[in-house]
Amino acid sequence: MRLIADLFILTGALFVFLAALGLIRMPDVYNRIQAGTKAATLGVIAILIGVGILYPQWWAKLLCIAGFVLFTSPVGSSTIARAIYLSGVRPWKKAVRSEEAS
Amino acid sequence: MDESAGMRAYTLAFLSSFLLWILLTGSLATEEIGAGLLVASVVSVVSGPHLAIFNGLRLHPLALISLLDYLFYFFFALLRANLDLARRVLAPSLPINPGIVELETTLESSLGRMLLANSITLTPGTLTVDLKDERLLVHWVAVPEGGDLSTATRQIVTGFEKRISGFLK
Repeated sequence: MRLIADLFILTGALFVFLAALGLIRMPDVYNRIQAGTKAATLGVIAILIGVGILYPQWWAKLLCIAGFVLFTSPVGSSTIARAIYLSGVRPWKKAVRSEEAS
Repeated sequence: MDESAGMRAYTLAFLSSFLLWILLTGSLATEEIGAGLLVASVVSVVSGPHLAIFNGLRLHPLALISLLDYLFYFFFALLRANLDLARRVLAPSLPINPGIVELETTLESSLGRMLLANSITLTPGTLTVDLKDERLLVHWVAVPEGGDLSTATRQIVTGFEKRISGFLK
């Protein structure tokens, strides 16, 4: 049991790490939001599952947390993306970078 | 709002707040249940008339099945999204081709549209940027080169739309 829980928590930490790496590697704000939202959501849920296996008496509260994260994190990122879109930022294009290089 | 729709809003508000109470307290003791019933009644009486979000819910047994179907589909889409993103982030060449596409939904209720927008945000390579009536602006990490763009964009929504329309208008 302990091992399975640790595996879940480790996987979650790995996804959160990938989210952070995505924030650094992606070229523009939209792609960064994408990397941050998806990986962090799954990462948090995997960690919650791991904690749920370690402490089965907490499952109801963990379920609540997972539900709130699932609902609010995409709303938050869509709202940020919308604000950025309305303020006139357009998506990054590969062609721009090759122009800079030449 | 007619009489039956009003009753429905009160009932749904009561049931959802009571369920949340039980989940948060995590106990089935008589005092807790009693306090929960009291609080849920107050909440539903105060907020019931203002709750428009429940209007789109379809209430029949088949809706439960499509809700479960949607949850499974959503979960696997979330897994695929993460593996896809991990591959893109870790690949040294950073294989992305971003762009913004526009698409339309047939869902009518605001709750259904919100759920669809949320689902799109959490699935492979897509991020909902704006939602205006039935039009969705979606940022796509890897817009396919050439080919039929409108068919490709339809594929983002159809899977979710079909399943959500089972339990929401």
